Amino acid sequence: MVRYGFRKESGEQALIGLGFVGITLLAALCVFGLSVGLLGHFAIGGLPHVTWEFLTEAPRNNNTEGGIFPAIYGTVLLVILMSILGVPIGTLTAIYLAEYSREDSRLTRWVRFGVNTLAGVPSIVFGLFGLGFFVQFVGKGIDRVFGLELVWGKPAIIWAAATLAVLTLPVVIVSVEEALRSVPRQLREASLALGATRWQTIRRVVLPHAFTGILTGSILAVSRGAGEVAPIMFVGAAYSLPELPKSLTSQFMELGYHLFVLSTQSPDVEVTRPLQYATTVVLLLTTFALNLVAVLLRLRMRRRRPLTL
Amino acid sequence: MATSPSASPATSVSRSNTRSPSLALSLQHRRPWYSELGERAAELILHTIAFSAIALIALVFFFVAREAVGILSAEQASPVSPSEATPEVYGAETTAPSAPEVYNPDASLEADNPDTSPTVEPTASAHSAEAATPPAPPLFQNLLGTVWQPVSQQPKYGLLPLVVGTLKVTIIALLLATPIGILAAIYAAFFAPRWLRETIKPVVELLAGFPSVVVGFFCLAVVASFIQQILGTTYRLNALVGGIGLSIAILPIIFTITEDSFSSLPRRLWEAGLALGARPWQVALRIMVPAATPGIFAAILLGFGRAFGETMIVLMASGNAPLLSWSPVEPVRTMSATIGAEMGEVVWGSLHYSVLFLIGLLLFSVTFTLNVIAEFWVRQRLLRRFRGSSS
Repeated sequence: MVRYGFRKESGEQALIGLGFVGITLLAALCVFGLSVGLLGHFAIGGLPHVTWEFLTEAPRNNNTEGGIFPAIYGTVLLVILMSILGVPIGTLTAIYLAEYSREDSRLTRWVRFGVNTLAGVPSIVFGLFGLGFFVQFVGKGIDRVFGLELVWGKPAIIWAAATLAVLTLPVVIVSVEEALRSVPRQLREASLALGATRWQTIRRVVLPHAFTGILTGSILAVSRGAGEVAPIMFVGAAYSLPELPKSLTSQFMELGYHLFVLSTQSPDVEVTRPLQYATTVVLLLTTFALNLVAVLLRLRMRRRRPLTL
Repeated sequence: MATSPSASPATSVSRSNTRSPSLALSLQHRRPWYSELGERAAELILHTIAFSAIALIALVFFFVAREAVGILSAEQASPVSPSEATPEVYGAETTAPSAPEVYNPDASLEADNPDTSPTVEPTASAHSAEAATPPAPPLFQNLLGTVWQPVSQQPKYGLLPLVVGTLKVTIIALLLATPIGILAAIYAAFFAPRWLRETIKPVVELLAGFPSVVVGFFCLAVVASFIQQILGTTYRLNALVGGIGLSIAILPIIFTITEDSFSSLPRRLWEAGLALGARPWQVALRIMVPAATPGIFAAILLGFGRAFGETMIVLMASGNAPLLSWSPVEPVRTMSATIGAEMGEVVWGSLHYSVLFLIGLLLFSVTFTLNVIAEFWVRQRLLRRFRGSSS
C-alpha cells in the first residue's frame, strides 16, 4: 500500500499527537465542567431555599432573616433605567458606525478605539467616575442651580443607572452594529435606487429589518450590566433598606450587592448561607432570564426571516 | 459572494444622488423642503453621539483625575482622621493579622516587573526618610511607603503592598487561565467535532455570563475551604483563592479571543499543511498556533487587564490584608479591592478619599495602556502578516 506524505509516522510521533489532542480535550472539558459545575452547584444549593416568602418579603433582623423583595425590585428598576439611558445612545452610535462612517476615516477609527477602550476600563473605575461625575458634578450642579439642599448630589438609583449605562455602552454598540450589518446590502441599495435618502433608508428599511437583532443585542448587553456590583457600590446601592425606592433620588437595594453584603458583612456568615445561596440563584435567574429572552427572540427572528438573498 | 461586485456602484449612486443635477431634478418634486434639513440634522446628531464614545473616555479620565488631584490640597487639612485606630478587615471571617508586621521588600522580585519598577527604586529612600522623621512624612514618600494603614493616628498610604498584591493575584490567575484557555481554544478550533464545537461556545458564554460577585461568592464559600483542606493553609482566604476566582473570570476572555484569532486565520494554511502530509495536530501546533501568536498575545493582555481591574472577586475571596509579601497563600489586598472596601466609609474630600481616586487613576492608566497595546500593536502586526502573505 502506498503511503502519501513525506514522512512515515513513527510510533513516538503518534503518541505525541495523541497526548497533545488529549491535553487540549482535557482543557476543553475543564471549561465545560467549570461552567456546568458552577450552575449545578448553585442550582442544587440554592433552589430549595427560594420560597415564596423569600421572594416577597423584606429582609429582617440585620439581613439574617426574611426575604429579598426590595433587592429584586431595585435590580429590576435599575435595569430598566439603565436601558432607557444607555440603549438609545448606543444604538445611535452603532447606526453611525454601521451606516454613515467609512472604515478608513479618522473619526471612525477614533470612535472604534474609544469603544474598545471603554470596554476595557475596570468596572470599579466606572464606580469612581459615577461618584466623581454624576454624583459630585452633575448632581451637585443640579442642586446648586435649583437651590436645593442635597437632593440630587448624593448617591441615588438614577446615578447608579447612569453609571451602569456608561459601562454597558460599548457592549450595546458592538452588538447593535452586528445586527445592523446583518441586514442584506441589497435592501439598502434597492431603497437608495428608488430615490430614498440615506436617513429614510435607515428609518424605513434598515431599522425595521434589524429590529429584533437590535433588541436581542441590547438585552444581552443589559444583562451583563445587571450583574455588576463594583460600579454601584458607592453610587447608590444600600446595605439594607426595608422600604422600596420612591423616587429617582432614593437609594436602593440590589441583588448582587445584597449577596456581597450577606456573604461578607453579616454577623454570622454560616447561619445565613441558605439565604446567600438563594440570593445567588435569584440573581442568576434574573440575568439568565434576560439572556433566555434574547435567545428566544433570536430563534423567532430566524424562523420568520422575510426574505433570503 | 454576490454582494461584493455591486457594493461600489451602490455607494457611488447614493453619493451622486445629491450631486448629479439630472437625478436630483427628477426626484425634486417628491421631497418636501424639510427633507434635506432632516437629513443634515440626522447626520449631525449621529456624528455628535458617535463622538460621545471618545468623549466618555476623556470624561472618565478627567473626573477620576479631578478627585485625585485633591491630594495636593487635602494634605495640609487634617492628618489625623477622627475615627478609631483599629484597622478594618473586610471580607469578614479571615483570621488574618490586620496590622501587618510583615516587612519584606523583595526588590529583586519586583524589579522583574515593569509595572512596579518605577516605584521600586525610591522605596529605600522613602524608608530611611520615614524612619528619620516619624511625624507626618511628606505625601509623596508616604505614597511610596510599604504600609497601607489609612485609618490610624498617623495614616500611612503606602501603595506598594497594594500594587504587589494586585500583581500577585493577577499572575496567579494568568498562570491558571492562560494554558487552559488556549488549549481549550485549540481543541475547539481544530479537533472538536462540529456538534461539540457548536455546544462549547454557548457554554463559554454561560461562564462569561456569571456575574463576578457570584464567582467571588463561590470562591469564598467553596473554593476557599477546598484549598484549605488540600494545602492546609493558615489563612482560609488568600491570594491563591482570589487568583483561582480571577482565572474563572478571565478564562472566557482568553478562550474567546484565542478562538477568534484561530478562526480568522486563512483556511489555506490548514489545508496546505494537511496536503503536505502533516497530521492535524502537527498542523495545529506547528503552523496555526505560531501564525496566531499576536492574537494569543492580545488575549493574554486583555485577560491581564481584566484580572488587574476586577474588584468583587478579590474583595470577597482574597482576604484583604495589605501585606507586602510574595507568598501565594497569604491574604492580599488589591488596588481595586481597596477602593471597593474603603470608598464607602471614607470622608468625602479627605486625603484618604483622594488617594483612593489616585489608585483608580492608576488602574485606569494601566488598563488603558494594555488596551492600546492590544489594539494597535498586536492588530497591526496580525494584519500586516496576512496582508503580506496574501498579496
